[in-house]
Amino acid sequence: MVHALDLLNVVVAHQASGSDFESPSINEFYPQVVLFEGTPFALNRIMMIRLLVTVLLIGVFWLWSSKFKSSTKQGKLVPGKFQLMGEISLNFVRKSIAHEQLGKVDGDRFLPLLTTIFFIVLGMNVTGIIPSLNISSTALIGLPLVLALAAYVTFIYAGIKKHGMGFFKSSLFPSGVPPVFYILVTPIEFLSTFILRPVTLALRLTMNMIAGHLLLVLCFGATSFFLFQADGFFKAFGAGTFLFGFVFTLFEMLVAFLQAYVFTLLTTVYIQLALADEH
Amino acid sequence: MMISRIVAAAAEADPNPLLPSTPDLVWSSVVFAVLLVFFWTRVLPNFKKNLDARTEAIEGRLEAAEKAQAEAAAKTANIEAEQAAARAEASQIRESARAEGAAILAELKEQASAEAARLTATAKAQIEAERQAALISLRAEVGSLAIDLASSVVGASLQNDKIAAGVVDQFLASLEADNKAGKK
Repeated sequence: MVHALDLLNVVVAHQASGSDFESPSINEFYPQVVLFEGTPFALNRIMMIRLLVTVLLIGVFWLWSSKFKSSTKQGKLVPGKFQLMGEISLNFVRKSIAHEQLGKVDGDRFLPLLTTIFFIVLGMNVTGIIPSLNISSTALIGLPLVLALAAYVTFIYAGIKKHGMGFFKSSLFPSGVPPVFYILVTPIEFLSTFILRPVTLALRLTMNMIAGHLLLVLCFGATSFFLFQADGFFKAFGAGTFLFGFVFTLFEMLVAFLQAYVFTLLTTVYIQLALADEH
Repeated sequence: MMISRIVAAAAEADPNPLLPSTPDLVWSSVVFAVLLVFFWTRVLPNFKKNLDARTEAIEGRLEAAEKAQAEAAAKTANIEAEQAAARAEASQIRESARAEGAAILAELKEQASAEAARLTATAKAQIEAERQAALISLRAEVGSLAIDLASSVVGASLQNDKIAAGVVDQFLASLEADNKAGKK
């Protein structure tokens, strides 16, 4: 997030000065509207990437799902390679995240939300390094906000379902604290539990993706500048910036997966904390 | 605080990347809702059913395998018992065969010795008969020889048949008496 901050400052500063070098700008994330301009359904490149990812996710999981269905029907016990890939993907969320944090029963209860969050975030993140798409559709705050809101609603729902209004009492007035300190503790707890949780969930994801995108644009923009506009010796810098761009592309691959994992894991942990009995 | 710094930096940018536009929110919600429903109603139920079926089948097969193993163990025990019985029977048969063999051998030996005794007896009888025959023919021959001899020695004085027959009988009687005495 520190990088994101620095980059934002650079970008903002550059917008003010202006020069030959095509620096990455915040406008990268607000491409031209293509369809339905002026309506709430205005479609630009990023929205279309979202729809594309949605279609691809549905396509892949539809195939896997049919495979599960047919192999259940035929009583086939040994999964094929394709089916195994699906099982590994779904089991990653099911076992490593949901069952690990929530146990089997509660893990399966909240599995639809967790699976959806994980694969949306992963799919939308990955577009940042796919040639010709080249932008993470989670870099726009809307989607992370919607997902964070879903996580927020879910963990509050989980808490109320389990403890009734006692959920708010136990999270705002933790037991074992002398009542006098509630003046201090309760606002902090309220802020951290009910405001900062969803905000940090959304911000962490968006800022990571914005930072990743700006870094890649910076590296490859600089490569293009050095190779085609700089003179003589400076062209050599192009190779260096290209190498950086390549390394950061690999890094973004890791970040895409890691952010999906972190977002899902934190959602699970919030649900788990809401379900936990009073300490 | 990190968040306030980010918010401050973002606020300087235009447009502010932390404020979602309406289409952004709308499409995000659509995408999320569609995928949530899809995973909830289709992918995960199928996935779970498949896993459950597999668990069930594996447990069923384990049970069947255990049953088969128990059956095999029972069969093995059966076979072993049968083998032991067969072995006992075989040794019994061997034993009785040995006894029977011994009996047959003894019988054969007895038969052989009886046969031998019979042959010996026959041979003895034959020898005796032949000896008698030889004796009779010898007596006749010896008689005529003796007469020839005596007639040539005694000559005409013994022409009288009466005397001659008496001499010969006397001689033979003495021969016989000698013979009997010798035999004894």
